[in-house]
Amino acid sequence: MTNPQSGGQAHIVQLLSTRQDAALDRWTELAGATLRGRTTQTELRGELRELLSLTLASLEREDDTARSELRAVLADMSGRRARQNFTPKETAVAVFTLKQVVHELIEDADEDQAINEFVAFSRYVDDLGLLTFETYAATREQVIADQAEQLLELSTPVVKLWEGIVAVPLVGTLDSARTQVVMEALLQTLVDTGSESAVIDITGVPAVDTEVAQHLMKTIMAARLMGAECVISGIRPQIAQTIVALGIEFGDIVSKATLADALEYLLSRNGVRIVREVVG
Amino acid sequence: MERVPILKVGDVLLISIQTDLEDRTALALQEDLAEQIVRTGARGVVIDITAVEIVDSFIGRMFATIAAMSRLLDARTVVVGMRPAVAITLVELGLSLGGVHTALNLEKGMRLLAAPDPGGPPGTMSGR
Repeated sequence: MTNPQSGGQAHIVQLLSTRQDAALDRWTELAGATLRGRTTQTELRGELRELLSLTLASLEREDDTARSELRAVLADMSGRRARQNFTPKETAVAVFTLKQVVHELIEDADEDQAINEFVAFSRYVDDLGLLTFETYAATREQVIADQAEQLLELSTPVVKLWEGIVAVPLVGTLDSARTQVVMEALLQTLVDTGSESAVIDITGVPAVDTEVAQHLMKTIMAARLMGAECVISGIRPQIAQTIVALGIEFGDIVSKATLADALEYLLSRNGVRIVREVVG
Repeated sequence: MERVPILKVGDVLLISIQTDLEDRTALALQEDLAEQIVRTGARGVVIDITAVEIVDSFIGRMFATIAAMSRLLDARTVVVGMRPAVAITLVELGLSLGGVHTALNLEKGMRLLAAPDPGGPPGTMSGR
């Protein structure tokens, strides 16, 4: 009994090091029960071997470098699991089964000293298990944040309809963050292409509330400040009713029923006339 | 103190702002411009802010002031080359730039001034 904190597990360390291979086999078997083909037994065994040797090193030497290395490897493994769609339980099981492995070893060896040490060891493994959870949750949150960002980029194309006319077909719910992206993308495109007209098509927007309307107005005002004109199109009947019911004033902003109408309007303003040729 | 040069192109005065304006510079520019419009009898003023990256409410108001002043002296004002970030900032500040015409770039701004005056200030930016 050297250090009551985390040391004083000389017997367990002794047991684990002498029967390392047997322990590793049992650990792989227990932890690999729910792999469902996402990683192979061999891979798992490799991961666990590294964990086991690092655990032993950190228990043995009271060494901060060994411990931080163990935590880093464990965090890395948990993060990988999170990305491979393991459940939290499946991720944590990999760590917690070590307890069972050690417990079985102690029972086999029938050592009283080791049983006393088991409580401290158990606490040590719990600590590692918590780290696993934490990393898992953090990685999952990161995945969600990344996806939200990707969605943001996906959802804001600015397309050119005609020389000097661009359109933004908006699909999905508009919130402040998205509107900001749309606004910047649209205004930047106006500058890059030198377009003086833009159509904001909201056919794919499921609902318009005062906030969304406010965002749209701001976009249109900013475009006007830059010397471009915006037309709104694709307001659906129910949304038109909502807008009127909410008392939102669109002022002198031009609004057309469909994208086609908006294009026709802007073309005629630009002096382009569309004539259908009589064939035959 | 820096002074912003005012260039005469035909009957249009061209002001190209190349740096982020200080308040004193902006005030001096207003004075200079008023004198120049009277002296040259210019019919239009083009303010090119392509290089301006940062605006505050003071500069935003300056555009409106210049426009109102020029209108009194019978010259139309066009602000050209406003960057998206600047436009967004002005909208967020609630500045409507009443009475100011805008154009995407200098070329379009000059063309706007060459076209006959539709009469009356552009009502497009009234504070909404």
